[in-house]
Amino acid sequence: MKTEVSPQKKVIIIPCSGIGKAFGSISRDATYEVTENLRKDSTQTLCLALLVSGDQESLQLVRNNKCITVDGCPLQCAEKNIKIAGGDLASSFRVVDVYKENRHLKPRTITFLDPDGQQMALVLAEKIGKKVDGLLRNQ
Amino acid sequence: MMAAEKKIGIISCSGEGCVEGTISRIATRLVLEKLRPKDTVTICLPLFLAGGKEERKFARDYPTITVDGCNKMCAKIATERYSGKPASSIIVTNFNDSQCPQLISRRKLNDEALNVTRKVADRIVEEVDDVLRHWV
Repeated sequence: MKTEVSPQKKVIIIPCSGIGKAFGSISRDATYEVTENLRKDSTQTLCLALLVSGDQESLQLVRNNKCITVDGCPLQCAEKNIKIAGGDLASSFRVVDVYKENRHLKPRTITFLDPDGQQMALVLAEKIGKKVDGLLRNQ
Repeated sequence: MMAAEKKIGIISCSGEGCVEGTISRIATRLVLEKLRPKDTVTICLPLFLAGGKEERKFARDYPTITVDGCNKMCAKIATERYSGKPASSIIVTNFNDSQCPQLISRRKLNDEALNVTRKVADRIVEEVDDVLRHWV
């Protein structure tokens, strides 16, 4: 899997992609909403496992660009691993915080998000998008 | 020594960067939820890599099947490094003859990608059944 490195500085969005709970799927879905739709020209994602495995290209990417992590559970693997990698961590999001603000949403499925899970991902993606805009304004 | 309860750990790469990562993840979830729910569990690879002790112990005590999106094989290499040789290793790109096509959405799989996902899930099931058949 090739880590695409853009010559232009981008904000790197890194979800935890936790596979055991809906919040992990929401972190991933929100990341794709930002990188494939809302801010596709100014953001990209990368493989967290590849980064943690020590891939040099991935390490350079997180060290040379602003990073936003998106974690699904309190263990916060994405945030911790970006710090360990020496990445330029600009902001961290937790799905649980979005849940606390939107308690009417009850995401239950993991493999394919149900409508509540999709909605929560969209809410989170909007927040991430605004943070990206702020980071780019300050560069 | 194998643990008494028969459980097989399916370890999928997270693979955020490519559609094959989404395929490996969804194929793994299909096995866990629908195809072999009683026989399988999964492990968060980033947590495993970050030093999750329970996850590493499970992968030492129980057989594992790794499912990687590409030939960098993060899941297989990590499992071998921290716990032991997996019983079987599967690579998604062996099923679709592609290498990270960026034009395909990684978020919503198209029909072609879903077809590959089903093939990968079926292959995982074959490996699960094989491990169970030879469980001593």
